[in-house]
Amino acid sequence: MREKFLKGSSIHNHLGYTEIYLPEKDFSVTSGFTSDLLSDVMANAEEDSVLMTIQAHRNSVAVAALAGIRAIIICSGRKVPADMLTAAEEHAIALYTTEDNQFTASWKIADLLEKS
Amino acid sequence: MNPIPINTINSPTVILELIYRLKIKDVMSTPLVTADKSASLRSIQLLMRDKNVTGIPIVQGNRLLGLVSMDDIIQALDLGYIEETAEKHMTRNLTVLEDDMPVSFAITYFDTYPYHRFPVLSKKKELVGMVTTRDISARLLLEINREVDAIEQAAAAKHVAHEDSIVKKQTFTVLRHNFENAGYASTELKKFLKSENIDTAAIRRAAVASYELEINLVVHSEGGTITSEYGDNKLKLTVTDTGPGIPDIDAAMEEGFSTANSWIRSLGFGAGMGLPNVKRVSDEFSITSEMGKGTIVVAVIYLSKKKEISQ
Repeated sequence: MREKFLKGSSIHNHLGYTEIYLPEKDFSVTSGFTSDLLSDVMANAEEDSVLMTIQAHRNSVAVAALAGIRAIIICSGRKVPADMLTAAEEHAIALYTTEDNQFTASWKIADLLEKS
Repeated sequence: MNPIPINTINSPTVILELIYRLKIKDVMSTPLVTADKSASLRSIQLLMRDKNVTGIPIVQGNRLLGLVSMDDIIQALDLGYIEETAEKHMTRNLTVLEDDMPVSFAITYFDTYPYHRFPVLSKKKELVGMVTTRDISARLLLEINREVDAIEQAAAAKHVAHEDSIVKKQTFTVLRHNFENAGYASTELKKFLKSENIDTAAIRRAAVASYELEINLVVHSEGGTITSEYGDNKLKLTVTDTGPGIPDIDAAMEEGFSTANSWIRSLGFGAGMGLPNVKRVSDEFSITSEMGKGTIVVAVIYLSKKKEISQ
């Protein structure tokens, strides 16, 4: 069975999500995780995944770095504070924003993964 | 008081081993100062003074006939037969020890009999030495010194071995409500474990434990430290804080129980998953807390190295 994976660049290219930060090296994700509880993310998110959340602060980046999450999509149009961006750069974790809520972002990502 | 105040039954093991390991032949005095049965008591008195001994075995060849002690000499002087022969006045029917007996026997003998010295015979019943309480005390002191030295060295070696097994020790200070740096300790730990080529699943478990504990310090404590000790295929996290303490640990360990305020919850913390998560990912876990003093959490994660990919 071929493993599903999604090029990081397609999050912008296919879904039109705003790139706040993109690591130098393009990356790919093999699954997604949606949660606003950081303990839940920490405990249950898979490695090489993309996180859909409304937690627009640097702690989400810290959790992502620890959990091996490659990208964070900040949903519902929440703004990314400067220190979150700094943290993302520091840990090389891609950062996107969208007006979509977590549910919509999740199914769009799932759809992209399905088609990949 | 016992001539040799060592209990031969319930002394420390080291001492017991010593008094059973050491044989009479190891402690007895040699070479022997002996006299012939025809020697006068006067000449024996001079021999005692000359050789600085208090008892002279009387022999014929290697065979023990009797013993002339200082007491015998005093009595001879007293009663005026100092010029007579040893054979006539020596003590016969002697209590003797064998050279192959353990020293514990000699200690028991000195306890049991009023004598200050015992002749030592070989298996062939030949006189091979004399043993006094002083011989035993001196040798025991020497051996006990050696044992204590060995024990100290072993203890030192053990200490070193323990230190050695900890390859890396790091301590991180975590401040109350410092969400800015929350995750720093965990990230550093993760980096380190990665560099040690630890398997991914184990790193994840270590990261979950340290992150949750770190967040607990930030959210709930008045500040504290995380100490990580790596080595011996383990990562031991010791997290201590300076208060306020957990009033009900059982409740705190329950999933979903939380005392976090809404502001903290809005950040995605305080869902009551922290401690249960730490316990779940740890191989050893303990928590103690005292109100007004603080909380100590110890979490140990067993680590395994990444498997070599062999084709």
